[in-house]
Parts: sequence; structure tokens; C-alpha cells
Amino acid sequence: MKQSNFKLSSLSHKTILALAGLFLMLFLCTHLLTNLLLLAGDSRAFDAAVAFLSSNPIIKVVEYVLFAGFIIHILMGVIVWINNSRARPVKYYVAQGSETSFFSKFMIHTGLIIFTFLVIHLINFFFIKLGWVALPDYAKDTHDFYSMAVVLFKEPLYVILYLVSFVFLGFHLKHAFQSAFQTLGLNHDKYFPAIKVIGTIYALVISIGFSIIPIYFLFFH
Amino acid sequence: MDIKLKIWRQKNASTKGRFEDYELRDVSPEMSFLEMLDYLNKQLIEGGKEPVTFEHDCREGICGTCGLYINGRPHGPQQHTTTCELHMRAFKDGETIVVEPWRSKAFPIIKDLAVDRSAFDKIMNAGGFVNIDTGSAPEANNIPINKKISDRAFDAAVCIGCGACVAACKNSSAMLFVAAKVSQFALLPQGKVEAAERVQRMVEKMDELGFGFCSNTYACEFDCPKGISVEFIAQMNREFLSAKLCAHKGH
Repeated sequence: MKQSNFKLSSLSHKTILALAGLFLMLFLCTHLLTNLLLLAGDSRAFDAAVAFLSSNPIIKVVEYVLFAGFIIHILMGVIVWINNSRARPVKYYVAQGSETSFFSKFMIHTGLIIFTFLVIHLINFFFIKLGWVALPDYAKDTHDFYSMAVVLFKEPLYVILYLVSFVFLGFHLKHAFQSAFQTLGLNHDKYFPAIKVIGTIYALVISIGFSIIPIYFLFFH
Repeated sequence: MDIKLKIWRQKNASTKGRFEDYELRDVSPEMSFLEMLDYLNKQLIEGGKEPVTFEHDCREGICGTCGLYINGRPHGPQQHTTTCELHMRAFKDGETIVVEPWRSKAFPIIKDLAVDRSAFDKIMNAGGFVNIDTGSAPEANNIPINKKISDRAFDAAVCIGCGACVAACKNSSAMLFVAAKVSQFALLPQGKVEAAERVQRMVEKMDELGFGFCSNTYACEFDCPKGISVEFIAQMNREFLSAKLCAHKGH
């Protein structure tokens, strides 16, 4: 075919969106495992993990890949949303009553909430590490993420924002997991029901897993 | 039964449309939805008014010509039913029924409830065929085809091209239609030969015509009058990916 060497088709956009999404889902797992070390009782385990992650050269490369993953995922998601909002200029009078995958209708909205959280998250941690944001007095150094996290988790307003973000992340993931497999053509009557169940479990584990940490610090620490 | 109707009226593609309300008395529950519209049109004509334009042909659910958006669902409230197969017994006495045309940038309104679905023909012309001079019908057993595969190809081939998938989709995406057509050919030996080129051409045409992107909402499967599965969309995605990754330049 002579075309589409420069212009991506709708399916190519979706494939890239799905691949970047799956990569980010993998990242969420490693991030959750690291964060759960905050519950170890003291800062030693978490500090050791931070020290490893910030010194390992492979992780430093992966960090750039991760940023690329976020940017590509967001960019593709926005392109899909713009195209889709143009496809029906005159809306229906009666709201569509078809049975659908509920959260699929709000991916751009849940995505926007997650993005807002991501920006706040970067300001609170990553920008301090880069020196773009001043180091707070309670932190020993720019890698003292334990103290930074504990202080934030004692602020009820931040905890509410955090919990709300992770509820919406759960909604996003509930649709995203199985949708990524469908987009990559991996829908089959033998295993797709299992993928849907795994997707729901994954969304629950991620949002509950991340949420228990601030709840623990706010009420039990 | 008596019913109230709220029907989209639009003179042509360039004029602005609006809803008009009608009250219809003594509607038989045994009437099909289209017969009810015929009954309304008879009264409109007798009253010297312009009848409602709507499309229909076979009136037995196989031609794909009828297609109305009824109370928020393409082809109305019953699953696996075309508008012509829908009967008035599916509605309550005194109910208000809202009838709209398919809404999509790719399906411009011709008049009232009739939309131009030639975008589907353009997609078919882009690759929805097999380039083989078949001559007279060949001996059926010359090419062995697994029964399960032929059944599966048939499950895709039952698509009547009505456009309900586009009408149901929040993105007005034509993925289910294109997927059904791509799959019905790709599954069979005669169609496999050109499968890689076909899927790329049909997807390219689909994008060009202004249909939205698929966001795996699955409303299309739910509202397809023939119950075509979104598994075929995954099949098309597979065909497309392998064509993009594996086909040689110029194919």
C-alpha cells in the first residue's frame, strides 16, 4: 500500500495507545510494590528501594522510556478523543440506551483526573529530586521520599485527593485492561472471559493497594 | 393502542431539521413499526401534509435498508431485531416514541429519517470483494474448508450493512461493519489471498470517510440486529497488525 507511511490509521493509533497503556500498567505494578514498603514500620526498606531505583543505570534509562510511555499514551488518547468528538456533529435527542462497557465512555475524563494527579505527584516528588522545587525542611535530602510521603499522607485534604484519584484510576483500568487486549486482536472465546476477570482484579488491586497506604498513615501511624 | 410520536423532520441535507409531534389512535399491536409509520403517513397525506420519509425494502430483516433510532436504540428496544421486524406490541399504550435518523458525520441526512449510507459502499469498493474470475460455480469439494471455519465466516457474513453499529457507537465508528466484512473473506481460502491488502484498504477508506475510532465500548455488538460479535473486531485488528508488520512494501 502506498499510503499511510506518514499518516497513522485509526487502528495504528489504537494499537500504540494500547501498547503504551499496557506498559504503564506494568509500571503501576512495580510502583505499587515499592510503595507498599512504606508500610514496613520504618523507613529502611523504602529508603533502600529508593536508593536502588535512583542509582541503577538501567532504571535511569527506563525512567525516560516511562516518560515517553506517558506522553505517547496521553497524546494518542487525546487524538482518539478529538477524532471521536468530530464523528457525530448532531447528537441524539434521546440518550443512547445500549448496554456498553460503562467506564469506556469516560476514559478521557478519568484520564484527565489521573493526569492532574500525576502533575501534582511530579511536583511533590520528582521535581524535588530534580531541584525544580525547593526541598521541604522535614526532608533529609532530595531522595528522602519516605519523609515527604509521610508528611503528605498526614494531610487529610491530600489524602482525599489521593484516594479520589485512585478510585478514578481504578475505573480507567477496569476498561483499559481488557480493551488493550481487544485492540491488539487478542479476543478469543477461550480466554477473553478470563482477561476481563483479571482486568477487574488488577484494577481493584491497584486502586486498593495504593489507597491503603495513605489511610494507614493518616489513621494508624 | 394510542401512541404519541416525536419524529425528526428535515427537508434535505442543507436545511435545519426539527422534531414534530404526532398523535396516532387505534394502532394495532400487531402492526410492524414500519406499518405504523405507513399508517401515520396515510393520515398525513389525507390531511394534505408531507409524509415522513423513511427507508425500507424487504421488510423481513435481511436487506439492511430500514434503520431508525427509536427511543435511544438503533432498531428500537428489542435485541437482534431490525426496525421492520419490530412490532407495536413492544411499546405501551399511550407511550411517547422518539424516532431519529442514524446520526453520524459519515451518514448525512437525505430527508427526514433517511440517511445516505453510501459510505459503506465506498468501504466495500475499497476492498470488500475477491479478485478472482470465478466463472461458473466450481465443484464445492475442490477446496476443503473446515466446517467450524465456514460457520464462523458465515457468522460474519450475516451482516446486512444496516449501519446500526455506527448508530449505536458513541464514536459513530464503523468498526463492526468493516470487521465483519474483512473477517468473512479472511477466514475463507478464496479471500485469504488478498487479506493483507484488503484490510489496509478498507480501514484506510473507513478513516477517510469520517467514522470515529473504536473505543471498545461494545454497544455495536449489543445493538447489531444480527448479533455480530466484537470478536470480529479483534480479528480485524489482528489482520491489520500482521498486514502492517509483515506485508512487503507495496502490498
